[in-house]
Amino acid sequence: MKAIVSFVAVLLLVAIGYMGGSAGSTSRFLFGVVAPYSAFAIFVVFMIVRILKWASSPVPFRIPTTAGQQKTLPWIKDSKIENPSSVFGVVIRMALEVLVFRSLFRNLKTQLHEGGRLAYGEAKWLWMAGLAFHYSFAIILFRHLRFFLEKVPYPIQLVESLDSFLQIGAPLLYLTDVALLGAVTYLFIRRVALPQVKYISLIADYFPLFLIFAIGATGVLMRYFTKTDIVGVKTLAMGLISFNPAVPETIGAMFYTHVFLLSVLFAYFPFSKLVHMGGVFMSPTRNMANTSREKRHINPWNYPVHVHTYEEYENDFRDKMKEAGLPVEKE
Amino acid sequence: MKIYNKGLVFSLILVFAAIALFPFLVQGGRVAAKPDPKTDTPEIMQYAQEHGGKKECVESKEWMRGEHMQLLNQWRDSVVRDDNRGYISNTNHQRWNMSLQNGCMKCHSNKKKFCDECHNYLSVKPYCWDCHIQPAEKEEVKS
Ligand code: HEC
Ligand code: HEC
Ligand code: HEC
Ligand code: HEM
Repeated sequence: MKAIVSFVAVLLLVAIGYMGGSAGSTSRFLFGVVAPYSAFAIFVVFMIVRILKWASSPVPFRIPTTAGQQKTLPWIKDSKIENPSSVFGVVIRMALEVLVFRSLFRNLKTQLHEGGRLAYGEAKWLWMAGLAFHYSFAIILFRHLRFFLEKVPYPIQLVESLDSFLQIGAPLLYLTDVALLGAVTYLFIRRVALPQVKYISLIADYFPLFLIFAIGATGVLMRYFTKTDIVGVKTLAMGLISFNPAVPETIGAMFYTHVFLLSVLFAYFPFSKLVHMGGVFMSPTRNMANTSREKRHINPWNYPVHVHTYEEYENDFRDKMKEAGLPVEKE
Repeated sequence: MKIYNKGLVFSLILVFAAIALFPFLVQGGRVAAKPDPKTDTPEIMQYAQEHGGKKECVESKEWMRGEHMQLLNQWRDSVVRDDNRGYISNTNHQRWNMSLQNGCMKCHSNKKKFCDECHNYLSVKPYCWDCHIQPAEKEEVKS
C-alpha cells in the first residue's frame, strides 16, 4: 500500500513535468528555469540550516559504537580505527564509512534453524547494491557537469570515456546508467520481498526510491531513446549558471520531466531521510574519538545538586540508631 | 541557538557550499558562447544550386540534431552486416549512400567547423576517427 501510494505520487509528478514541458513557453520557463532555481536554493539553504540545527545539540559525552577494543592499559592492544582514540583514527573511520560503507559491510543475517539453533550469516547484498547505487549516482552527477561548465575539464572527459569503455551503440552506453537503475530496482525489491524490511518501510522510504528511479529512467530515455536537442539543453543549463536564463524552443518534454523530477528531489532532500548525506559527518557515534577513559567529560548543564551524605545522615540520627540497635560507623 | 564545535561545523558548511556552488563561481555571470555549426561547404552549396537553392541533409535538420548518432549506428550495421548501402530518406524520399566518409563527410567536409563545433561544446568524442579518415581540412590562416 505504501509502495503504491509512493508510486502513484511519482507517476503524478512525471505527468506534471511532462505536461509542463509540452505546454507553451511560459510553462517551459516555469519548469526549466523557476523550478530548478527554487529547488536548488531550497536545497542549499535548508541543508545548511539542518547542519546548524544538528550542531546546536550538545553531545557532552563520547558515545562510541564499539567494534573493537578501546584504548586502556598500555599492554592491552587497542583497535585504533574501529574504536579510535585519536583524531587521525576518527578521520580514517569516517573515510571508511563514507567511501566504502564500513558499518553496512558488517550487516548480518539472523536465522533460526531447526531445533531452535540460532545462526548468523553474511549478508552483503545490501552493502553491494548500496555501494553500486551511491557510486553510480555520484558519477552520473559528476558527468552531468559537462552541461554546467563552459570548457569541460579533463577529469570529466576521463570519467566519460571510462564509463563508456565498452563502446556499445551510439551514443555510447554508460555502465553507470545500467548500474543505477539495476541497484535502485534491487533496493526496492528488497523492501517488498523481505517481510521484516517491508514491515518497517514507510512512504518516506519508497518515495525517494521511485523518484530517483524516475529521474534515471527519464535520463536514460532521453539519451538512448526519445532524444532531444542536447546543444539546446546545454544552452539552457549555461543560461541558469550565468544568471541569463533562456529557454530554447527545441528541447523535448522528456527533458522538462527529468528536470522537474530532480527539482522535486532537490527541494525534498533537506527534509527527508536523504539528509544523511550531511548527517553522516555529524553523527556522534562516528565522529567522536573514544576518550571516555582518558579524559573526564563534564556535562555542561550540570547544576550543583544538594547531597546528603551518609556521614551527615548518621550525625542526624546516631542516637536513634543506637537505640534501635543498628550498627553505626562512629561512636 | 548555540553552535558547538564552530570551527569544524563552519568548515563543513563551507566545503558543502563550495561544492554546490562551484559551477556558478567558475562561470561568474559570463554569458557562455554557443556552438555555430557551419553548413556552407562547396559540396552543400553545389547541391543547393542544383535543387533550387534548398539546403538539405539526409533528414530534417531538427531530426538530425538529436538522432544523427543513432542513424550512423544503423548505417554502420546495415553496411557492415547486411551489405546494404542504400538509405531512403523519410523526409525527402531520396536515396542516399550510407557512408560516413563518402556520405556525411562529403557534404560536411568542414568537420572542425561542423561536427567538432557541437561535440567540443559538450565534450563528445566519437571514436570513429580512430579508423575512418577525416576530411582533409586546410588550417585557417589567422589574419
Ligand atoms: C548540432 C550539433 C551537432 C553536430 C553538428 C554534430 N553532432 Fe554528433 N553529436 C552531438 C551531440 C550533442 C552528441 C551527444 C549526444 C548525447 O550525449 O546524448 C553527438 C554524438 C555523436 C556521436 C556518438 C558519439 C558517442 O561517443 O556517443 C557520433 C558518432 C556523432 N555525434 C557523429 C557526428 C558527425 C560525424 C557529425 C558531423 C557530420 C556530427 N556528429 C555533427 C551533436 C552534434
Ligand atoms: C547532401 C549533403 C549532406 C549529407 C550527405 C549529410 N548532410 Fe547533414 N546537413 C546538410 C545540410 C545542408 C544541413 C543543414 C540543413 C538546414 O540548414 O536545414 C545539414 C544538417 C545537419 C545537422 C544539423 C546541424 C544543425 O545545425 O543543427 C547534423 C547533425 C548533420 N547534418 C549531420 C549529418 C550526418 C551525421 C550525416 C551522415 C549521416 C549527414 N549530415 C549527411 C547536408 C548534408
Ligand atoms: C575499428 C575501426 C572502426 C571504428 C572505430 C569505426 N569504424 Fe566504421 N567502419 C570500419 C570498417 C572496417 C568499415 C567497413 C568499410 C566498408 O566495408 O566499406 C566501416 C564502415 C562504416 C560505415 C559504412 C560504410 C562507410 O563507407 O562509411 C559507417 C556508416 C560507419 N562505419 C560508421 C562508423 C561510426 C559512426 C563510427 C564511430 C561511432 C565508426 N564507424 C567507428 C571500421 C571502424
Ligand atoms: C539528481 C541529479 C540527476 C540524476 C540522478 C540524473 C540522471 C540521469 C541519467 C541516469 C541519465 C542517463 C544518461 C547519463 O548517464 O548521462 C541522464 C541524462 C540526462 N540528464 Fe540527468 N540527472 C540528474 C540531473 C540533471 C540535471 C541538473 C540536468 C540539467 C541540465 C540533467 C539533464 C540531462 C540530460 C540533458 C540528459 C541526456 C544526456 C544525453 O543525451 O547525453 N540531468 N540523467
